[in-house]
Amino acid sequence: MADEIKTLSAELARDPHSLVFLRLGDLLRQRGQLDAAHRVALNGLERHPHSADAHDLYARILADKRDYERAFDEWDMARRIAPGHMGALKGLAFLYFKVGDVAQAVAHLEEAERVAPDDFTIQQALAMVRGQPMGSAAARPAAHAALRPGSPAPPPPPPMAEEPMAPPAGPLEDRRVFAGLEGAQEGLLLLDAAGRVLGGALRDWNGADVTEAVAAYLAGVSLEAGRTAKLLGLGTWTGLAAEGQLGHVHLAQPGPDALLLVVRDRSVPMGRLAIIAQRAAIAARRWLEQQA
Amino acid sequence: MTATGYARSLDLVTRVRGVRGAMIVSSDDGLVVAEHLMEGIKGSAVAALAASLAHRLRRAMAAAGVGASVFWHLQGEQGALLVVPAASGIVVVAVAEPDVNVGMVRLELLRAAEAVR
Repeated sequence: MADEIKTLSAELARDPHSLVFLRLGDLLRQRGQLDAAHRVALNGLERHPHSADAHDLYARILADKRDYERAFDEWDMARRIAPGHMGALKGLAFLYFKVGDVAQAVAHLEEAERVAPDDFTIQQALAMVRGQPMGSAAARPAAHAALRPGSPAPPPPPPMAEEPMAPPAGPLEDRRVFAGLEGAQEGLLLLDAAGRVLGGALRDWNGADVTEAVAAYLAGVSLEAGRTAKLLGLGTWTGLAAEGQLGHVHLAQPGPDALLLVVRDRSVPMGRLAIIAQRAAIAARRWLEQQA
Repeated sequence: MTATGYARSLDLVTRVRGVRGAMIVSSDDGLVVAEHLMEGIKGSAVAALAASLAHRLRRAMAAAGVGASVFWHLQGEQGALLVVPAASGIVVVAVAEPDVNVGMVRLELLRAAEAVR
């Protein structure tokens, strides 16, 4: 594998427009060199933005990095470009299954089966998914195994089609805390007391993902707000609203060890932001109770 | 700005119903520059805590890409802390009852911040 990576890297250096980046990116991913794979995939996507395989490769890498939301977007894009794309269909099926949406998982697998009726791995995955209750712990490893490479009789696939993803079960559900709420993927964030992201995501106005950076700072803000309220005799703090030059933020505590952040641009008045925060806090509280 | 000027600016803030006190604080070191507080409120504690929180909030807001803070408001069950950062490392702070008219206090804090600029 190392020799192949060397050869493909040299070939890509000679011809940056070559499609060998697809194979190279996937080899790097399989070796666990996710940052290198990420770079190769992104460079490839810049040159081949309409390649479904390129989006599929990027989705696999994102999924391995447990960035399931973006992986979903990439597989969705791959499928829009090439509706019968096997990797995208299997990837989406798996992601739907992970969040407990068995109907969607089955629908995508059935579509994959229509595209490749002889693919035993799809039949196996379908049998597993249909035979288990929604998103059950028992179902996950079985269906997961059915979709993984090494399953009997894998098809001769497009370069990335044999393995949709290989992440452990878990964080995708976490990121769905705010499912259905406005701005769930760019302006709502749920953190634990240590500043770890439990759900939601945050993007700046340029579209850059700033989730982790903001989370790191917010842990300090939350502690300081609690200390300030206590020492000034304000009682338990219930909210922190801040007006910025470019946008507004609202912080709340949906649980004793959780922090909720809502961010919107300046067109959203502070009062409206407080209402959005209240709704998000209810969703977060419900989700936290389910996790307990 | 003179001590009288600071006092006049703070006086306008504290005239809003529900405001327990107001102060001007150096955000760099959390020290009191001027204060107009009801009895029982520890000015030095308010100054230190407000400055520290302002500092942390500023960094979080910068990371979120929403720019510099214009006004912020910490709501508690029994009261509120309202803050407007002014120029050159100064913040204007008010401590208020929980049911205070936040919009009115914000206006007066912004005026005070403008005055101390």
